[in-house]
Order: sequence, then C-alpha cells, then structure tokens
Amino acid sequence: MSAYCSRWTLRFLNRLCVSGLAKTNNKHVQHFSSQTSPSVQVCIVGSGPAGFYTAQHLLKSHKGIHVDIFEKLPVPFGLVRFGVAPDHPEVKNVINTFTQTAHLERCEFFGNVTIGSDITMEELKMAYHAVILCYGAEGSRSLGVPGEKLSGVYSAKDFVGWYNGLPANKDLNPDLSSDAVVILGQGNVALDVARILLSPVELLKKTDITQASLDSVAASKIKRVVIVGRRGPLQVACTIKELREMVNLPGTKPVLDRRDFEGIKDALKDIARPRKRLTELLMKVAMEEPSGRDAERWAAASQEWSLRFLRSPIKILPTADGKKVAGIRFAVTTLEGSGENAKAVLTGQEEEVSCGLIVSSIGYKSLPIDDGVPFDETQGVIPNDMGRVCQTPGLYCSGWVKRGPTGVIATTMNDSFETARCVLEDIDSRVLDCSMAKPGHHALRGLLEKRGVTPVSFSGWEKIDALEVTRGDEIGKPREKLLDVQEMLQLARA
Amino acid sequence: SNRRRPALTAEPIPSSLDRAAVSCNALFRTAGTRLVGGKTRRDAPNTATPHKRAIRTPQSQIIINVVFVDRSGQRIPVKAKVGDNALHLAHKHGIDLEGACEASLACSTCHVYVSDAFYDKLPEPDEREEDMLDMAPLLQENSRLGCQVILTPELDGIELTLPKITRNFYVDGHKPASH
Repeated sequence: MSAYCSRWTLRFLNRLCVSGLAKTNNKHVQHFSSQTSPSVQVCIVGSGPAGFYTAQHLLKSHKGIHVDIFEKLPVPFGLVRFGVAPDHPEVKNVINTFTQTAHLERCEFFGNVTIGSDITMEELKMAYHAVILCYGAEGSRSLGVPGEKLSGVYSAKDFVGWYNGLPANKDLNPDLSSDAVVILGQGNVALDVARILLSPVELLKKTDITQASLDSVAASKIKRVVIVGRRGPLQVACTIKELREMVNLPGTKPVLDRRDFEGIKDALKDIARPRKRLTELLMKVAMEEPSGRDAERWAAASQEWSLRFLRSPIKILPTADGKKVAGIRFAVTTLEGSGENAKAVLTGQEEEVSCGLIVSSIGYKSLPIDDGVPFDETQGVIPNDMGRVCQTPGLYCSGWVKRGPTGVIATTMNDSFETARCVLEDIDSRVLDCSMAKPGHHALRGLLEKRGVTPVSFSGWEKIDALEVTRGDEIGKPREKLLDVQEMLQLARA
Repeated sequence: SNRRRPALTAEPIPSSLDRAAVSCNALFRTAGTRLVGGKTRRDAPNTATPHKRAIRTPQSQIIINVVFVDRSGQRIPVKAKVGDNALHLAHKHGIDLEGACEASLACSTCHVYVSDAFYDKLPEPDEREEDMLDMAPLLQENSRLGCQVILTPELDGIELTLPKITRNFYVDGHKPASH
C-alpha cells in the first residue's frame, strides 16, 4: 500500500458509517448513521455529453455518490463545444444542464489531466470504486486511398475542430481559394462543413465561429461544393433538419440529378417515417420546379452545392508539382440489396472531379486509452455489455467509445443513463464492493503535483468562459474562444 | 395529413426566446382565432397579442389537471396553469423529462406520448417539430415534443407518457450495418 493510501485511510475510516441501501419508488436511497460524507467514489473520464449525462444520472439517483470528472483539455463539454456547428447555438443549451451538475457539491471537475499519461488507469482503479470511460472518438476513419496525405485534404473532424476552436487544429489554415470543394460522406457532419463554407458571412459573424476561420471563409472563392456518397439517396446518413438548412441556405442553389431518383418513389411506400420524410424532401428538390421565392433565390445564387451518389473514392490526384490536391478519382458503384443494408459494388466505370479542397467526413474513430483496457480495433469501441466493460469489473463506458461514433446528443444521453443504471445496479447488488472506502481524488493530487500537472477546476473554466464571452461581446458574437492551451491555463490559475 | 406550410425563412432564429415566441404564435395561428370562453379575436379587442404570454389575462388563472406517466409506469397527477408548456410543468414536478435544448426545437429529449383522446385537440406540429420528432426513438402516432404542448383549458385531463428508454437505438431507429 502506498503512503498516500494509509494516511488517507486513517482519516476516512473513522468518518464512514453506512447502514445500508433501501429502495423506495425505484430510487436508491442511502441512509447514513453519522456524517453524510459520500461513500461511493466514481471517476468519469471525459467531460462531453456522455461524461456529464452519466454524472447527472448517478448524482440524482444516489445521494452517497461522489463524481470526479477528468478532462484532457482545460475546458469542458467535448463535442458540444468543439463539434456542434457555430450556427446551431440551441443545441449547445445543454451546457446549462451540465453546468448545474458541475456545481453540485458531490461533483468535481479536473481539467488539463490526461488519463493514460498524467494518471494511469491502474491509479484510477485504486482510487475509485467505479471508473467510467466517456472519452469519445478523437480519431478519424481514414479513406485508405493514395493521395490522402496531400495538402488540401482534411478529415472533417479536423476541419470542424478548426472552425470551432479546438486547440489542436488552430493552425490548420486550409486553403479556401479554389472554386470547387469535394466532401466525402453524406452525414450531418458533411452537411455542417458544406453549410459553414457556403453560409453568408453576415450570418456566421454573429456565431461563436473562431474569428480566424470566419475571416478565411469570408475571403474564400468557393463556388461549388459537391457532397459525395458511395450509395444512393435512400442511404444518406444526414437528417432532415440539416438537409432543409442546406436547401434554404441564402445565396446558394441545390443541384440534384433527377436521374438519381428514378424508381425511388415506389420504395417509399414501406419505409419508416424519418427516412420517408427525408427522401420526400430530396425528391422535391430534385424533381419539382422551385416555388416563387426559391426560384428567385436559385436563379440569383452565386454558389451551388450538390449531392452525388454511387461514387466511391479510389485515388486523390495531385497537382503537377505533386504537392497539393487537384482532384479525385471515383469508382462508379451500383447497389446490391436495398434499404439501410444495401451494399455498394463496383461497376468498373470511373469518373474524375477537379477540386482544390477535399474534406473527408466518413466517420470519427475512438482510440484505445491504456493497455489495461480492452479495445475492439475493428469496431473501434471498448467491448461492453450495456456499458459494463467486458471482463473488467469496476470499469464502465458511455457515449461514442461505448457504442460507436454516431448519433446526436439525445442518443448519447439515453446511452449514458443506461450505463449509469448499470453502475447503480452493481452498487445495489454489491457487485461493486463499496464497503471498503476509496480515497478518490485525494489519492491523485499528490501524484499530479509530483508530475507537474495542475488541474483546472470548474471555477477555473468559468474564468476562461467569462473572458471568452467578454471578447465575443466586443464583436457581436456569443463568445470568442481562446485557442491556446497555455493561455487558458494561465487564466484559470489567475 | 397534407399540410401546406410556408417556406421557412432562411435566416436562422438565434435565440430560444424567439423560438418560443414562434411556437406560441403557431399555437394561436393554427388553433384559429377562437379564444377561451368562446370569444373571437374580433370580440375581444383588448386581448394580449399572441407573443406575450397570458400573464395579464384571466386565462392564466385557470388550473387544469395533467397526468404524467413516468418511465416506470407510475402515474403522477399534477395541476397546471393554462399557458404553461408540458416540459416546464414536468420540471416543476421533478419528472425526469429532459429538455436538452431548452424548448428550442433542436433536440427530441422531451418526447412524450399524448393520450389518444387529447392528441387531436393539440394544434398540429409545425415542420420543425416534425423534423425533431423524426429523431426520437420509439416514435408513435401520438408522439409530440413536450416543449410544444401548450396547455389550454380543453386539455384538462390530458395524459402524457414518457417513452421507455431501451438499448440499441439509433437516430433513425435502426442498427447501422457496415457497408
């Protein structure tokens, strides 16, 4: 036992007295016969929606739980801050709920701490009764085609990180001077990228998009954005709200080929409502004459966007000097099977498109955190059953690292509640042995200090938040994000 | 049903307050001009304009009965004021209906089922609500977003059921297969 553990043990053991758990009306109520110091120490790794929703559910359901949330960056909220598009501020309202959770006495935030290097998983397991991994997906799926590393080719994750102020992407500096852009993938992230590239600056400048990327987009010469998918219209991964935003985007006109929609109408009869409504909108745009106002807008549009189907990238083509992207070669595909499970198969035909920028939006990907944690490389998730990590008692997961990198905040919310319920069940059934007290973050402070890591508290984040909002106020934006980690740390400690 | 909707304006509506005003307008517009008590707008020239909440008019004093059925099936009867929305009402009474986007039609976390007798008494959902409902797991014919259910006297006795959350659901209700 380390010295920290035994010093702490003496202090805590004589404060603990748990008389047992009682279940009333599906709520877990823990009775304490002496002081109400929390007796179940839970650690959450990652402060995005998965981390905060898991924490919220645990804290609400069990008054004896204390939750520590660890976050690699000095600032919390994960993809709510760095993924949700700047022109979707309502989606970010969820930050208010998360802030309430962070303010609870039994919840503490530790920013600027990287689990896996600053603190090991072993050290976490010793300090906490349960550890819940909610660290999401910080990698991207790669295309696996030649030319992928050329200048001018970006993953959507990095591109979105750039305009959303993720410190790691602040120097991305994409060249937006060519007139044609190809986006690979037809999910909501692909549409977000297209929309940000084509949105009128008068609208973007009132959002929390970073000033540097706003200036870049304002100066861009982009005239055409082609959004390409390997399969057909019935398989697009985007949802109707985002598609409607593109269709209604000022200054732009949608270009859809009606031939892509032949025979689609018959397929609509038996499909689920969300897919049906989405396809009906696509068909309307592709095949019907636009109404008065839309017709005027399309006729006057200086920019266009299109959806291209049944095209699978096989090679990214370089400029003559071999340094930058000049275009992309596609294999033409056809569909085998139908509906969501249709497969794209090659026809032998090929096609080339010229462009000066390629954004690959084919999916995020989780990365393993530590050798001690099981990881399924093929699926890109931590193997688990409803959030209980396989063969590793005391370890759980929520969010994208649990089920894969798809879905919106609401999906992650439900998923996180499921994991939290499993943790609560395991506390109740003694699968998690909470009779032995654990030190929680008290065991880690000394280690962090020794390793030269100063955590950022939630009030430290609030100083960063206040400055960002003040800076934004000066230029008519909700906030102007700090981009530099050192600047954030200095401010948080001030 | 085949509803004709005007094309959405292209300008985004930035604040959730504006959205609440829009949805309130929608209520009054689609519910017709008949106000509580049988008076029409023509007969009541001093009535508050649609986007001002009914704080100064008599309707706000009317209390109705609402029953929430929580995710475990437990029935929770509550009293509600006319003009309140079901999401705020749920929060007031500690019912676990999330409202992640705070009533701005940007999520589906306040998804509820409306008891059959009352579903048709609600004004039809506008296109933005329908778009968000598309994302809700376990969507049913009587699904609505709680933040868009504005309580009126004729909804006295309405029952709102919270959907059971199950595992393995995705944005459009299926499990994606690799391709």
